[in-house]
Amino acid sequence: MAKSAGKPVAVTGLGMVTSLGIGIAENWRRLTAGHSGIHRITRFPIDGLRTTIAGSVDFMDDAPITIPSHSLVMADRAIAEALGQAGMLGEDFPGELFLAAPPVEHDWGSRHYLSARLDCGEKSPYSPGRPVAPPAPELEPYYEDFLNGTLAERMAEKYRVRGSPITLTTACASGATTIQLGVEAIRRGDSPAAIAIGTDGSINEETLIRFSLLSALSSKNEDPTKASRPFSKNRDGFVMAEGAAALVLEDPEHAKARGAVILGYVCGIGEAADTFHRTRSHPNGQAIIRSMQGAIDDAGLQPGDVGYINAHGTGTPENDKMEYFGIVNVFGAEGAKKVAVSSNKSMIGHSLTAAGAVEAAFTVLSLKHGLLPPTINYEMADPAIPLDVVPNTARKQQVKYALSNSFGFGGQNVSLVISAP
Amino acid sequence: MGREVWITGYGLLSPLGDNPAAWWDALAAPSLWRSKVDAETYAPFPIHPIRDYRLEQQVPKHGDQRAMGPLMQYGAYAAGLALDMAGIKGNQELLQQTHLVAASPGGERDWDLDRQILAKLDQVDDRGAFLNQQLSDGLRPTLFLAQLPNLFAGNISIIHGVAGSSRTFMGEEAAGVDAVRVALRRCAAGQGDIFLVGAAYSAMRPDLHQQYHAGGIMLTGQWQPLWHRPEAGLILGSSGAFVVIEARERAERRGAKPRARLVAIESERCARAPGAAAKVAEGELARLMPQIKAGALAVLSGASGRGSITAEEREFLAGVAGDTGLPVRGTAAALGHAMESAFLQNLVLAVAALERGRLFPPLDPAEPLEAEYTGKLGQVLVTSWGHLKGEGMGLVEAIDG
Repeated sequence: MAKSAGKPVAVTGLGMVTSLGIGIAENWRRLTAGHSGIHRITRFPIDGLRTTIAGSVDFMDDAPITIPSHSLVMADRAIAEALGQAGMLGEDFPGELFLAAPPVEHDWGSRHYLSARLDCGEKSPYSPGRPVAPPAPELEPYYEDFLNGTLAERMAEKYRVRGSPITLTTACASGATTIQLGVEAIRRGDSPAAIAIGTDGSINEETLIRFSLLSALSSKNEDPTKASRPFSKNRDGFVMAEGAAALVLEDPEHAKARGAVILGYVCGIGEAADTFHRTRSHPNGQAIIRSMQGAIDDAGLQPGDVGYINAHGTGTPENDKMEYFGIVNVFGAEGAKKVAVSSNKSMIGHSLTAAGAVEAAFTVLSLKHGLLPPTINYEMADPAIPLDVVPNTARKQQVKYALSNSFGFGGQNVSLVISAP
Repeated sequence: MGREVWITGYGLLSPLGDNPAAWWDALAAPSLWRSKVDAETYAPFPIHPIRDYRLEQQVPKHGDQRAMGPLMQYGAYAAGLALDMAGIKGNQELLQQTHLVAASPGGERDWDLDRQILAKLDQVDDRGAFLNQQLSDGLRPTLFLAQLPNLFAGNISIIHGVAGSSRTFMGEEAAGVDAVRVALRRCAAGQGDIFLVGAAYSAMRPDLHQQYHAGGIMLTGQWQPLWHRPEAGLILGSSGAFVVIEARERAERRGAKPRARLVAIESERCARAPGAAAKVAEGELARLMPQIKAGALAVLSGASGRGSITAEEREFLAGVAGDTGLPVRGTAAALGHAMESAFLQNLVLAVAALERGRLFPPLDPAEPLEAEYTGKLGQVLVTSWGHLKGEGMGLVEAIDG
């Protein structure tokens, strides 16, 4: 064991919603069957859009959908399921809540309504010096529901967690950052447990167009299920998606003392910030490498101990190339050929803020069941990325340690080492 | 408790300037800080804007300047000041080990485009198609990057080379308190040695004015004294505030000068029934009490100005002050309420006050809570009573105190 090795933290509960469905069982069944949750967008008109597909979650019976309301509905389901599995539902939770959520803004429906209600006279909305109608009680939800802290506040209250709930964002690494914060809090003895959750219900016309304008999204609209092609030569971007995943993290002694079933462990966390560019990694891959290496060091392992990598694998030309580069640097050319690497995003799309938590949860399941989920739509190998991507069909394989990678816009990179129970 | 933690650098870009001398001059002269209030530009909502700062002093590259709106500029500027003071700026080895914890709201929108769309939305037949076309044609691709809260931290990493971990907290006032709390806990427990912690807020946000006004909390018309405002009592203030916190042993090893000792940060939530926040604050204060020294203590309050909750804090603090004449300063009077940045801003002012050994004069001389205090200052209690949620309290003390 390396001298810097940190204490493993147990995972005792999982909960999930993705474009594949509600609940761990349904998600795991469909993920390992290689199903795609990507479909044509029906939530809003798609006239004139370059990308018309997404992995939106359209089956939560919530309407009208706003970013905070939809993110909350999914978070609620995921937390309830995770606490249920951990046997901690309906009681005071002995720890903090770390919740990753998309930044909240009024959607166009809310903005339009509120502007009409509050802005009187001839002047256009948002114009300085405009007369403003007085507030009315029925407008209050347009204030409180759209504060960044409200979602976590409501979940903290409902599930009776300790302390001040934390809402965070590290872009596409956010879900993994919640786990990291939870692990750190447990390791330093702040509390014996924590809830780490990522949730993202942010698909609307504006968010889609924004990512589209950054040239980040796939425009293979013809067959939505075929659009997300991580590691393939003909990959052309990621597919936006929604979802939520919650993990109950727990001090192993605490879990054992109360007779909880341990599903797996988070035994290493690594993180590094890139200082190069707002949407691209430094060509030397240093931050990605430090992130992966840091997680492996923290777990007291060598790269050769890691048998599976749940890749960030977005399917953008840039990410997959850089991720491969990082893997080769950490594992060596030979090691990189041996380790199985697959991308959940080939099936569920990129659930952005939630992705790190969703994929960590899937990684726990992969190790527990000895079954590695595939990278689907892998029909044209990229010779520049010679990895074993577990192509197209799941594979039975017992693995002791796995790495789960999350790399964000803005250079925030997090890697987790997860082990079998 | 863990390791002793020092503050080795701080930076504040505020409506009253970007350096301690400017803050002190302004805070001592009510006519000066009152003159900084802008009741015109975003009327009917007055704000405390930041004007006259030279971004290029901390963000020299044009590309970096253009990649950010005011919010991120304030943050990057203040972060640069803090790193400068701590002697970390440009030191690659130290920057690699520096962990960033930021509290940030989302960034600015394209107001012209929003106005243009809102003005026409009622007149078009197919709103969906119209919206798609307007947004696709009108949005600048790079604007998104000036909006994402995590790019607040991302930009600081890029501009100043901070390359350790990077975490961005969201969620109004509590985000600022928790950013400092988590960094302090990590530092004290040895989960990192050096942390750059900060926040920013831009008051020039018509979308947020509208949102808060929908909740009935925005003050309209002219500035009013902080402690007795109506329920609609918020006057927002722009701010960028950062501190460098560091394990004492690490700071001593590299010969960094301590500015103050960061003793403890408490934060809690409650269901905000009347009196509930006071009860939480009572608990927090009780936990801090063993570390509070008698005399030489002042309170910098994060009171937002929202009538009911500010009145509750006022009563609570009056009860604590009792006959001791504990001096309190409600800084939002002079600086505006800076949401995510409110706590960090007061923390910076607290450290600057401790360095001087003196507190600035009352901002509201008519309010008994704001007692005159001319003695030596040894400790400062910094409070946060979120305008809707989030109670927090921090204690900093002079190194020689």
